[in-house]
Amino acid sequence: MAKTVAEINEKIKAGKAVVVTAEEIIEIAREKGTKKAAQEIDVVTTGTFGPMCSSGAYFNIGHSKPKIKLGGGKTYLNDVPAYAAFAAVDLFLGANALPDDDPRNRNHPGEFNYGGGHVIEELVAGKDIRLIATAYGTDCYPRKRLATWINIKDLNEAVLFNMRNAYQNYNVAINGSNKTIYTYLGILKPNLGNANFCSAGQLSPLLNDPYYKTIGIGTKIFLGGGTGLIAWQGTQHDPAGLRTPSGVPKRGAGTLAVIGDLKQMSPKWLVGTSMLGYGVTLTVGVGIPIPILSEEILQYTTVTDADILAPVIDYSDAYPQRKPDILAEVSYAELKSGQIKIQSKKVPTASLSSYPKAVEIANTLKQWILSGQFLLTEPVAPLPGVESGISFKPLNERPIEE
Amino acid sequence: MIVMATTKRIVLHFPKRLADRAIVYHLVKDFDLQFNILKASITPEEEGLMVLELTGKQADYDKGIQYLTETGVRIQSLGQNVLRNEERCTQCGVCITLCPTGAFELERPARRVVFQDEKCLACGLCIKACPPRAMELHF
Repeated sequence: MAKTVAEINEKIKAGKAVVVTAEEIIEIAREKGTKKAAQEIDVVTTGTFGPMCSSGAYFNIGHSKPKIKLGGGKTYLNDVPAYAAFAAVDLFLGANALPDDDPRNRNHPGEFNYGGGHVIEELVAGKDIRLIATAYGTDCYPRKRLATWINIKDLNEAVLFNMRNAYQNYNVAINGSNKTIYTYLGILKPNLGNANFCSAGQLSPLLNDPYYKTIGIGTKIFLGGGTGLIAWQGTQHDPAGLRTPSGVPKRGAGTLAVIGDLKQMSPKWLVGTSMLGYGVTLTVGVGIPIPILSEEILQYTTVTDADILAPVIDYSDAYPQRKPDILAEVSYAELKSGQIKIQSKKVPTASLSSYPKAVEIANTLKQWILSGQFLLTEPVAPLPGVESGISFKPLNERPIEE
Repeated sequence: MIVMATTKRIVLHFPKRLADRAIVYHLVKDFDLQFNILKASITPEEEGLMVLELTGKQADYDKGIQYLTETGVRIQSLGQNVLRNEERCTQCGVCITLCPTGAFELERPARRVVFQDEKCLACGLCIKACPPRAMELHF
């Protein structure tokens, strides 16, 4: 019964493809059995919407008259520094960038009201952005200062390029110390006062294709409200970590580097985000279609929150000190119940990843496919899998003798 | 006849000229109202702000409110002070475990976050804790 991506695309073009979300497939497979479901269903759509720090965008702003070479100089977008270390008018803006005069954590916890993620959101929303640049001047690029408004519609290129998104699974953060801590996983109250998690669980892209059998380099995806591509495995990609007997990673595991045209994205799905006491970031919407090429692939998409386990880690000690200790393993079903039990204490849970928005992304992608406007792609190369030997190594610090 | 007691949470704005007067004392003495101070502050311009929970008979409560108004205190009901910007809220739900009064609740199974402003004490904890900064304080 094996199908091919080309056959599924023919059905999409003919308006005959059967597309369901990774949430809907659970019940369908339960009712029909995986064999029948695999015959009937062509595509399962996934989605996730959460803060993803290793995100950014690059731009080509066009040449001023006379010309300026930003590369090697300093450039700010709404006072947020952009990385100017390329040719004359190419820039990269990271989601975590902060204005030079932001007080950061000098008055702890810092508020981090505005940074790179917010600039990206405003740019995508079509707002004018203030560019201030200084350069050293050359014979071919004589200008030394530039102050101008820029707008996304006038840029030659505006490209979202995130080097690590859509973590396959993630830590649950908790605080074992006796004072409140402020982390990238939110505010953690003392003495195991709360626990925060950050995954769409059963809807999350890579948890529905745990061995990367259909999702690979070159896969076309929903990205920030537009379409994008998987460019590479993400940084810290760690496919060989612990897995359950059915193959579901029990730790962070796989990640994706993604790329797409910022001009067709939407501020609804790229949201500038502030984490108290930590910094700024960008909340990114990612959705990936999974072609149901076999019963085995369908089987993977039926994963439920109860099947997915995540490690509970003390962010007051084990995490910052790089200790391997975990306090417990809990399922997303438990996490989503609103309470987990740690060391016989009932701990309330909350999520940083938005489940309603993940559902909306999976449904949007489903509609795009049903309407024939989004065809599936075959990967041009696979993501490194369990057999690749790739793992997430810690830094081997080698002190420099002065 | 049983007279039903009423309990309401209100925000009082004291202009500078009233900041040093014992106004709450009169609510107790003259109108037999119980009070619970939820928050009190004086701004640098010396305008006073107080969040009060008032309990008493409806008739006494109404008279107390009339007294405050006539004295020159501006009154707002609490629910109007903390607002959610629905456009910015991403429905993540990280506010749920932080709110001391449980004003945020998950609507299951969709997991949408409901903000029940009648439970809100206007403590302001959620304002800076909200990652997309969707919670806004309007005093």
